[in-house]
Amino acid sequence: MQHTINMKDNEIITLSHGSGGKLTNNLIKKLFLKKFNNPKLQPLEDAAILNISGSYLAFTTDTFTVDPLFFPGGDIGKLAICGTINDLAVMGAKPLYLSCGMVIEEGLKLDTLKKIVDSMRKMAEATGIEIVTGDTKVVEKGKGDKIFINTSGIGIFGEGIKPLENNFQPGDKIIINGTIGDHGIAVLSARQEFGFETDIVSDSAPLNGLVSEILPIAPGIRFMRDPTRGGLATTLNEIVEGKDFGILIDEEKIPIRESVKGICEILGFDPLYVANEGKVVLIVDQKDANRVLEKMRTHPLGKESRIIGKVVSEPIERVCLKTRAGGTRIVDMMVGEQLPRIC
Amino acid sequence: MKYIDEYRDKEICKKFSDKIHKISPNRDITFMEVCGTHTMSIARSGIKKLLPKNIRLLSGPGCPVCVTPNSGIDKAIAYAKMENTIITTFGDMMRVPGSSSSLAREKSLGGDVKIVYSASDALSIAQENPAENVIFLGVGFETTSPTIAASIKDAALKKIDNYSVLPMFKLIPPAIRAILNSGELTINGFLLPGHVSSITGTGIYRFISNEYGVSGSVTGFEPLDILQSILILLRQINDGKSEIANQYKRAVKQEGNQSALSLLKEVFETEDTEWRGIGFIKESGLKIRERYGSFDAERKIPVEAELTKENPECICGDILRGVKIPSDCKLFDKVCNPENPIGPCMVSSEGTCAAYYKYER
Repeated sequence: MQHTINMKDNEIITLSHGSGGKLTNNLIKKLFLKKFNNPKLQPLEDAAILNISGSYLAFTTDTFTVDPLFFPGGDIGKLAICGTINDLAVMGAKPLYLSCGMVIEEGLKLDTLKKIVDSMRKMAEATGIEIVTGDTKVVEKGKGDKIFINTSGIGIFGEGIKPLENNFQPGDKIIINGTIGDHGIAVLSARQEFGFETDIVSDSAPLNGLVSEILPIAPGIRFMRDPTRGGLATTLNEIVEGKDFGILIDEEKIPIRESVKGICEILGFDPLYVANEGKVVLIVDQKDANRVLEKMRTHPLGKESRIIGKVVSEPIERVCLKTRAGGTRIVDMMVGEQLPRIC
Repeated sequence: MKYIDEYRDKEICKKFSDKIHKISPNRDITFMEVCGTHTMSIARSGIKKLLPKNIRLLSGPGCPVCVTPNSGIDKAIAYAKMENTIITTFGDMMRVPGSSSSLAREKSLGGDVKIVYSASDALSIAQENPAENVIFLGVGFETTSPTIAASIKDAALKKIDNYSVLPMFKLIPPAIRAILNSGELTINGFLLPGHVSSITGTGIYRFISNEYGVSGSVTGFEPLDILQSILILLRQINDGKSEIANQYKRAVKQEGNQSALSLLKEVFETEDTEWRGIGFIKESGLKIRERYGSFDAERKIPVEAELTKENPECICGDILRGVKIPSDCKLFDKVCNPENPIGPCMVSSEGTCAAYYKYER
């Protein structure tokens, strides 16, 4: 057998390959992109942009697994709707239709499934999308973790809205719509093994409303992405990868809740790498940045929006952080999962 | 966050940095931060950029995962392959490469390896799984070992006989002495580990100043703590003194934590043990006393580990002694990176190579 993939022959898939960090990135590039390669997949954006009969369409898919299924601020059903909506919204598209595939482990209580489906319906109604097709599979006990949900979605581009051009320039501002790390820490705290009592609620939310308000007012929005698995750090690294510019962010300006900071300190996690489910990172022409920021702050999901950094001409392909203490350091892409440390 | 943000304050850090620049003598000065958590904190907060060029900070042997020799990792992996066995470990150990595998790999292949946050969680797992042998990987310095001693004592009390510990514990003072004795380096002062000292007290470091005439400062882990300790060490050098200072008074008492120390003494006794890169150091490890011998995994469940292999080009050992830095390594950032770690220093959350790779390349 000929091995064309530049990975070690004895390599096996570990949880780290699914963490959203460097190993996930590697797997996608060295296996999936390599084998499926085509110009529409190649940008590896949150959704593919398809030009069908002269009009643009955004198309995406996402699979959801979370433990526990219900956590403060959301559940797997809400995630499955919001996650796919957000992947379409950050491309500048208006989400319209979703599919829903469920892999259910036998033994799941029907009542639990009902709650999940209700949550999905509620989110669909609130966001104005429809779930128009689906599939159900049931697997033996022990062959799945209660339930996995896949949703795919399509969205269209509204009148006068074109796919973003990603024409980054040094000086462009980096904006985020609020505190980072809430989702990851809310889910973690909900696990019994920690016994944490916190007020942290997942930020899981559909971003299409917020995005649709800011898109028309600013031609200077170059790029948007929702920093989910792997957190803000991983998203910023994906932006600079292979580019002739870098990003400099300012530790003091990145909004993080005190309680999230506290749990991260206890477990030795870096909030920059913790997952979000209702955040959007924007890169905006500096001339438009304040206007975008003001508009974002008028939306319920954008009240805590802040400029957290900028695009810099060098070092290229690097994300750097100005530390609170006044030094600077690089912010690398996450490798594997964040694991609690010894001391 | 209260009690943390104050120690990361930019203005105060700047003041300390200015003072350091002002009093820094006009020659090369080398300080060793013994503890891996210091190495990470220095890199993460960009402290080297706040220091004059002639002050060099070197990492020492204070990353517990890194100093565990391959033979120890291989033993843990061999246990992970056993039937009816649950390995419980701190997260740091998961991705550390052994001779041909890692715990993360064994877990993916079906081995039952669980990450826990404390030894008492491991003990709970043992209680919940009476038909399985639950082995906790006892890696750590004086900071961690008392909590593991407590779990052993608790297991004895509650008669949880399916619980055991694989002891790979290390003690800090013998390693510092080994480094001073080696004569490989000129060290002008030590940033001494704050966490370890909160258990041991500050007396254990007296030999550094008394016998070797070198300064030391027990140091906290925030940027201001580290800058203040550097200032303390520089002042001693300028005054021609060598003393052991305690910068981390908010956590470290001179006499240490007596109840933790007596627990250590009750469950463990010292033994000679092997350190990666340094070799065997006399009385630098802890073994489980005969009285609690039934909780020693090795005595209870004999295991045969594979023949230890190491990549001869990996210089983790030299880095742990402070003789080399990661960028001196031929493998660093070429063959060896956090995705494909060749040595433990690249993958431990306190490893020197991991700190350089993550924050300082």
